[in-house]
Amino acid sequence: MKIGVTIFPGSNCDRDALYAVERIGAEPVELWHADADLKDSDAVIVPGGFSYGDYLRPGAIARFARVMAPLEDFARSGGPTLGVCNGFQVLTEAHLLPGALLRNTHMRFVCKRVRVRVETLQTPWTSSCEPGAELTLPVAHNEGNYFADPATLEQLETEGRVVLRYLENPNGSANDIAGICNEGRNVVGIMPHPERVSDPVLGSDEGLRILRSVLVGVRV
Amino acid sequence: MNLQETYTSLGLSDFEYDRILELLGRAPNYLELSLFSVMWSEHCGYKNSRPLLRRFPNSGPNVLQGPGENAGVVEVGDGWALAFKIESHNHPSAVEPYEGAATGVGGIIRDILAMGARPVALLDSLRFGPLDEERNRYLFGEVVRGIGGYGNAVGVPTVGGEVEFADAYSGNPLVNAMCIGLIRTEDLVRSQARGEGNLVVLLGSKTGRDGIHGATFASDELSQESEARRSNVQVGDPFCEKMLVECCLTLLEEGLLVSLQDLGAAGITSSASEMAAKGGVGIEIDTEKVTLRESGMEPYEVVISESQERMLAIVEPEKVERVLETAGRYELVGAVIGRVADHGELRVKHHGEVVGSVPAGHLADAPVYERDVVRPSYIDEVQSFDVADIPEPADYNEVLLRMLAHPNLCSRRAIFEQYDHEVGADTVVPPGADAAVMRIKGTTLGFAITTDGRGRHCYLDPRGGGAATAAEAYRNLSCVGAEPVAATDCLNFGSPENEENYYQLAACIEGMAEACEAFGTTVVSGNVSLYNETDNGAVYPTPVVGMVGVLEDVSRHATPAFKREGDMVVVIGSGSRVSLAGSDYLEIVHGRVAGSPPKPDLDAEKKTADLVRELVRSGLVDTAHDISGGGEIVAVAEMVLAGGLGIEYMEGELERMTAGQGRGRADLALFGGESGGFIVAVPPERWDELQDALGGAVGYDQVGTVGGDSLKVGDLIDVKLSELREAFERDLFGASGGPEVIH
Repeated sequence: MKIGVTIFPGSNCDRDALYAVERIGAEPVELWHADADLKDSDAVIVPGGFSYGDYLRPGAIARFARVMAPLEDFARSGGPTLGVCNGFQVLTEAHLLPGALLRNTHMRFVCKRVRVRVETLQTPWTSSCEPGAELTLPVAHNEGNYFADPATLEQLETEGRVVLRYLENPNGSANDIAGICNEGRNVVGIMPHPERVSDPVLGSDEGLRILRSVLVGVRV
Repeated sequence: MNLQETYTSLGLSDFEYDRILELLGRAPNYLELSLFSVMWSEHCGYKNSRPLLRRFPNSGPNVLQGPGENAGVVEVGDGWALAFKIESHNHPSAVEPYEGAATGVGGIIRDILAMGARPVALLDSLRFGPLDEERNRYLFGEVVRGIGGYGNAVGVPTVGGEVEFADAYSGNPLVNAMCIGLIRTEDLVRSQARGEGNLVVLLGSKTGRDGIHGATFASDELSQESEARRSNVQVGDPFCEKMLVECCLTLLEEGLLVSLQDLGAAGITSSASEMAAKGGVGIEIDTEKVTLRESGMEPYEVVISESQERMLAIVEPEKVERVLETAGRYELVGAVIGRVADHGELRVKHHGEVVGSVPAGHLADAPVYERDVVRPSYIDEVQSFDVADIPEPADYNEVLLRMLAHPNLCSRRAIFEQYDHEVGADTVVPPGADAAVMRIKGTTLGFAITTDGRGRHCYLDPRGGGAATAAEAYRNLSCVGAEPVAATDCLNFGSPENEENYYQLAACIEGMAEACEAFGTTVVSGNVSLYNETDNGAVYPTPVVGMVGVLEDVSRHATPAFKREGDMVVVIGSGSRVSLAGSDYLEIVHGRVAGSPPKPDLDAEKKTADLVRELVRSGLVDTAHDISGGGEIVAVAEMVLAGGLGIEYMEGELERMTAGQGRGRADLALFGGESGGFIVAVPPERWDELQDALGGAVGYDQVGTVGGDSLKVGDLIDVKLSELREAFERDLFGASGGPEVIH
């Protein structure tokens, strides 16, 4: 399986994502922002970082990069797509996911490991987790405070589209939301970084449980 | 302005001006004077410190690059090497703390990049005045935000460092940033310019008026006027730096560069003259070819601008097109701005007309001032201290909690959670332990890094404090299981023109050098920051040591956290040296900075630390912590807090401690610093093995057992874990430097 990782100017978790893709036995593919080509990727990860320096708003400029056109087509036609941290921000800016990520309520960057619960297995990025699994994953962001209007939040909850939920909310996110998916359930955005907990020597490889899911697809 | 006023305003003395006349055989013009001004500043030229710096051991078996390059480099095994250096950004941070700290981080990253290494870790040593003053709170908050703002975006994890607060740093904070880079030994790059006719390429951001005469500013005392020099402080763009890192690593990988140098203090002047002087060649710069951020810049401004995020490369003409293409791919400005020549001069041209020309060797050869080393009288005064004058506390629980809540000892979580310490997916032991531990992907190797400074100790006893600083670093690396290999240093002192400060500088260097010799840790790079003074006087003499160690098997490391109920807690190597002189206890509880702390016994320190490292390396011990300035009980409390498990001292232990090393005083036994000892914990089934391993080599003492939810020592201390936590887990950024607990 080929998993593409987009590289925008200012992405800084691209190398970690490529490494984690190797760790799950898939073939990592670099997707340069200026090339409108997904290089036959079977799944795509939009990694974390500070694309375009977070200038204007995190993700606001990256969504216009040339690689985004084929990525949007891929995502809208059911291709498994995962946005992590800045990648989540890019996907909301591109309207592939609803809502927005505001500044953390305490107004500080926060880097720590937090406990989250996997709320649905019905996505290509959580299908290998145990039902109700609780994972400890790293977060590192300044704008991770998930916001959506009440109707959207209601819809996300009733349709089971909250993918990860914080057990200890680090940023003020509505409904403790750490990750969501689109209506088609193939596009997932999460603030925690599964690619950083990808080796027991780093204290945990729990992140691989998320990433490995894409190898088996969705269990319906 | 007359001539004398002109060179004086540029920071040059009458003597230095005469020297320039003599070297050139003519009067310099303003541009040439500016070149000398920046290159002969203390920051670039080390004119006051060079003779003293020779004292450091600077060669060793694993050293691939000693002092003199952009960073030192040591080999770590499997073909890998580490490039590292620490540098100060104190003055910029005093007037513009966010940008000052941010550009300090950016500058040290480029030093590592210039060696061809990928920057993989950052640490920061910080000092501020007490947090009950608003200005200090502002500086502290903005410096931490600046470090995070830059490091987080550039994608290099900030994995460690330290911070302390004392009156001596009010108004003159210390901001020292260390960077470590990883490189294959065969890929090492150096900065000397070579090959007449090769081209000089400037890469990175555009050149503006920011930071004109920044190096000169950094080599002066801080005063009310400093505020007016905010325009001397550069503005950082971490996004551009990230592009610059990726671009330069790509260019090196593709073999497109002859040599590479970062632009830091004094901009193009400094980089080009150093490259030329090292290569024994000349460099010509065409100022009109430099891509400018603003119009109307004078040629002298172009060549001394300290605009950030720029690198200078020497490129063979046939490769230049590919270099410029690559720069474009990374959204950077790339321009050919000059050429290597055979005349040995740094020659600045503007549209073909020579506007200044100076032999590069002269610029790189600042005058050296040797001064008399005279022991100042204040030392005897501050050292006079009689422990009998210090009343023993009535309530030891209260004292322990007060100490753990003090800004110098409380949790640093509120700081390091603002730094991305995991990007790169290599952080094995994150901030909060004795040293950070990183792995090297694709190998079993790891490395550990620490920065340590002991200003108060160096103030009370400069030579002993210098040695203790290096010893602390050596202990911190050893107790995570790493073998210390080399060090970098940042020397933060007051004006060397003052006898007292110069003595401190000389004596601290002597102490550090003695320790590094005894430990076999070569000093491979460093930085000097003098003139750290305000109207209220100089800062504490604060040499900071950054030390790097290697782990052959990174999975075998130790952390301070107690891990299992029932583990036996053993103190190793603590002995007769325990003292209240210069201790945290004396300052925090009794408000006194006094005494003559015991001199570290370097051979004993090394023997004990090496033994503890062996315990960790063999897999016998996974829980270890060194006893530092707060004494044994503060160290134990930190292990309790990190692991969330309590400890009970054995019956009669307190009495033994008090009667023995405590010389009849429990506060001395519990809170005395400078013991040089360690605390380890092992499961009971490993007790025999531990005793065998310790043999008769060093003294040790089983003190208690891990378990329960409180810290209990005889009938003197009994504090619940929750109370310890409430004291320790403070938010230092709260309104008053704060009592607020982090939630």
